[in-house]
Amino acid sequence: MFKRLVDIGTPVTFDFEGRPLTAQAGDSLASALLANGVLDFRQAPEDGTVRGPHCMIGNCFECLVEVEGLGTRQACRERVRDGLKVRRHSGRPVPGEQP
Amino acid sequence: MAEYDVCVIGGGLLGSAFGWGLVREGQRCVVLDEGDGAIRTARGNFGLVWLQSKGRGMPEYARWTLEATRIWGGFADELKDITGIDLHYAKGGYNIGADEAELAQMVANLNQIQSEMGDDAYDYEVLDQARLKREMPLVGDVAGATYTAHDGHCNPLLLLRAMQQAFQAKGGAYRPNSGVRSVEILPGGGFRILGQNGAELARAAKVVLSAGHGSARLAKDLGIDLPIHPEQGQVLVTEKVAPVMPHPAMSVRQTDNGSFLLGASKKEVDLDTRTDLETLATIAASCIRLFPFLGRLRLQRAWGALRVMTPDGHPVYQQSESHPGLFSFACHSGVTLAACHALHVSKWVIDGTIPDTYSAFHPRRFHV
Repeated sequence: MFKRLVDIGTPVTFDFEGRPLTAQAGDSLASALLANGVLDFRQAPEDGTVRGPHCMIGNCFECLVEVEGLGTRQACRERVRDGLKVRRHSGRPVPGEQP
Repeated sequence: MAEYDVCVIGGGLLGSAFGWGLVREGQRCVVLDEGDGAIRTARGNFGLVWLQSKGRGMPEYARWTLEATRIWGGFADELKDITGIDLHYAKGGYNIGADEAELAQMVANLNQIQSEMGDDAYDYEVLDQARLKREMPLVGDVAGATYTAHDGHCNPLLLLRAMQQAFQAKGGAYRPNSGVRSVEILPGGGFRILGQNGAELARAAKVVLSAGHGSARLAKDLGIDLPIHPEQGQVLVTEKVAPVMPHPAMSVRQTDNGSFLLGASKKEVDLDTRTDLETLATIAASCIRLFPFLGRLRLQRAWGALRVMTPDGHPVYQQSESHPGLFSFACHSGVTLAACHALHVSKWVIDGTIPDTYSAFHPRRFHV
């Protein structure tokens, strides 16, 4: 669905849901995922629907992902890096407590 | 002949409620709203529909708030029928006492309000720690809580939108980017409202001044005593998580989309909506004391907003004696009282008189 128009940096490899993907240094994590055909970034905790980036400028919080070591992040405000491990943000309950 | 029965100045939670209530009764009504540069108190709201803790020292306000909680459900249902917007209104609310002294003070306050009201409609429950933990398993090591079924919460942004949409659906004229410079009293009766550039915005038989902080200057120009000042509240918003807290705990509530709102700061400032780290840290610490799991959630954002505060914190409702038909209304409980404003206060405007039952809300109370 999305096609890279201009090369902007050297190739980097990162991991999404256990799958190695390639991107370019300087890509935001959101555009790196979109360029790899990933559209569903998260499952909304309130109703379980599948969501993905909407604004790409930090406002909508629809592009949330889990970055290893960092927790929940807006993918559009995170730069992709070599070795980054990323998972979908899920509708998990409050961590550590059983409601 | 004026083009409108009523011109409402201000399109926030108060003005939108009056506008909706007026067109609901068949009035020809225009709401004049400022632009996006305005102080949007309505957009910073926490979303409580709240009774506990309100009206100590003024039983009329406690009774008025109780009435609002009684009719809020029907008010929300009607808005949903007209606009399709679900306000996510839910009843039941806790006020948590972190320690025994705090809980005792809360109970004493509720007792005082109840005895000042002189009836038992103001019912509440006191929960010890064990019972609170059964009802709210995520609560930390606290003394207990007070609970009423009257309290509750809703989505305040959707409330504002629903009232504005219902108003327009029933023929009301909503005019954004229409800041008001002055209100002229016409010799034959009625009013002429002028915009910032001096051009006429509207003519109306009656005027409701409900522009939040923007009301202060207009009231002064019109010789109306409207003692309001800004009180700043800051709010923190966490990441969204699965729904685990259906009922709010006053300073902590989970919204319908999964975020937690943390709040309850009060600071006297000028028209300043900036947040500061010290206040945000204090809010976070006190909320984490009540609910330790909050400490593991990420914050998404924070904001400051300005309550419209009167000297005693209670609403001001008045009609000008020198210029009948000119009403001014102000309060900080724009969400809770929205139902009363739409369904009751709008009728005072139509009738041209504020019933004696509500004379306690006149600002003459500040000059005794």
